[in-house]
Amino acid sequence: MTGPHANGPRTNGPRAMSDRLWNSPEPDAAYDVVIVGGGGHGIATAYYLAKNHGVTNVAVLEKGWLAGGNMARNTTIIRSNYLWDESAGIYEHALKLWEGLEDELGYDLLFSQRGVLNLAHSLQDVRDGVRRVNANRLNGVDAEWLDPEQVKEVCPIISIDPGTRYPVLGATYQPRGGIAKHDYVAWGYARAASALGVHFVEHCEVTGLEVSGGRVRAVETTRGRIAAGRVALSAAGHSSVVAGTAGVRLPVQSHTLQALVSELLEPVHPTVVMSNAVHVYVSQAHKGELVMGAGIDAANSYRRRGAFHIIERQMAAALELFPCFARAHVLRTWGGVVDVSPDASPIVGLTPVDGLYVNCGWGTGGFKATPGVGWCYAHTIATGEPHPLNAPFTLDRFTTGALVDEHGAAAVAH
Amino acid sequence: MLLIPCPWCGARDEAEFHYGGQAHVAYPADPAALTDEEWARYLFFRDNPMGPFAERWNHTAGCRRWFTVTRDTMTNAITRETTR
Repeated sequence: MTGPHANGPRTNGPRAMSDRLWNSPEPDAAYDVVIVGGGGHGIATAYYLAKNHGVTNVAVLEKGWLAGGNMARNTTIIRSNYLWDESAGIYEHALKLWEGLEDELGYDLLFSQRGVLNLAHSLQDVRDGVRRVNANRLNGVDAEWLDPEQVKEVCPIISIDPGTRYPVLGATYQPRGGIAKHDYVAWGYARAASALGVHFVEHCEVTGLEVSGGRVRAVETTRGRIAAGRVALSAAGHSSVVAGTAGVRLPVQSHTLQALVSELLEPVHPTVVMSNAVHVYVSQAHKGELVMGAGIDAANSYRRRGAFHIIERQMAAALELFPCFARAHVLRTWGGVVDVSPDASPIVGLTPVDGLYVNCGWGTGGFKATPGVGWCYAHTIATGEPHPLNAPFTLDRFTTGALVDEHGAAAVAH
Repeated sequence: MLLIPCPWCGARDEAEFHYGGQAHVAYPADPAALTDEEWARYLFFRDNPMGPFAERWNHTAGCRRWFTVTRDTMTNAITRETTR
């Protein structure tokens, strides 16, 4: 280990560092950079700060256990087929990083490019989908428009019966899309960042940001005050609470987002199917569970438990699309707290407080962006200026009006 | 599922309602006089508290009227409902 702080054998547990994928030390009194939130984005940001910018005096503070929030709760879908140029830039950058990430981290992520279908159920869906395919191609993002028979070829278990309430009229298809094992992604990044000297401080909740003279100075935590040269928020559903302690208001609303898995089944589902209109998205995990996500619960909430009628609607939609799921049993349902922005695009960049950076508003779709946002956010923190790929996603776009409206491509209606 | 107290119809399942977000956000008296920042605050920025939150609901499958409920976003406990 190198760097200004001792990062040697840990004394707070019976097991030596060599037995663990990442260190979990008592926090130092001060760091050059404190990252608030040890989810996928926070961990990846720490990794790229160390790897790309040589900034290693970094602590990632996590109120629970590492990657135990939305990183442990998402449905792991990866794609980059968003409509606008700004989105194509950052999501496609992420996808290109995904394609080399197992080699980069030296860690198996079960990254599987099994393709992603986004279904169209109405004439308007078809028009929007075809438009998005064309936009994707212009941005160098792989995309095809499939008619119902072609959808059936890609995913034989889907029903293309035209008599259903929401018939499949076609789909966009991104062959390079797919899934990865979310836990492994967090662990792989944490292991690599830890080896570069980053501290991961778990069970350390940030309760306040200390600001004086227009600049952030420290974070107050449940494990004491930690001075910080720069503070980078990456707290997903709790972003507005943390930012609020520095007087920064964010245009996000927190909602519960639910998902579920079935019992383990034989491999039946070869790809990823998403439907904006009926609010369901389905893939099959390597182990065999069908993984399904729902739309958000309507009301603001910080609860990780949602309403049953959302799950009921989601299952009804899934059964119409996949009649063969009728006899599958639900193994487990859960919820996470997601921060939804007005234009269904993230906010990544500077704040009115010097040295305070924000990464939030990813809503229902942050997992896929993990490598890309880590890369760009690290650049923003290290240089004090946004990376060109996150420059459009400023907080002040809500004042200037330069929104990046991705409601059509966000897959879950926000 | 929430059990939401409609002031006119009584407590009903959440599925009968449409959500309207933060309550008591008045339309600006003179929108043209606002700066871009003030207009953005009105249009896009809402409170997002952990705790009690005054919010609008519409009883779409019932009386179709709007009302305000104060609900805790941590516990879902509803402490107050009013017709405005």
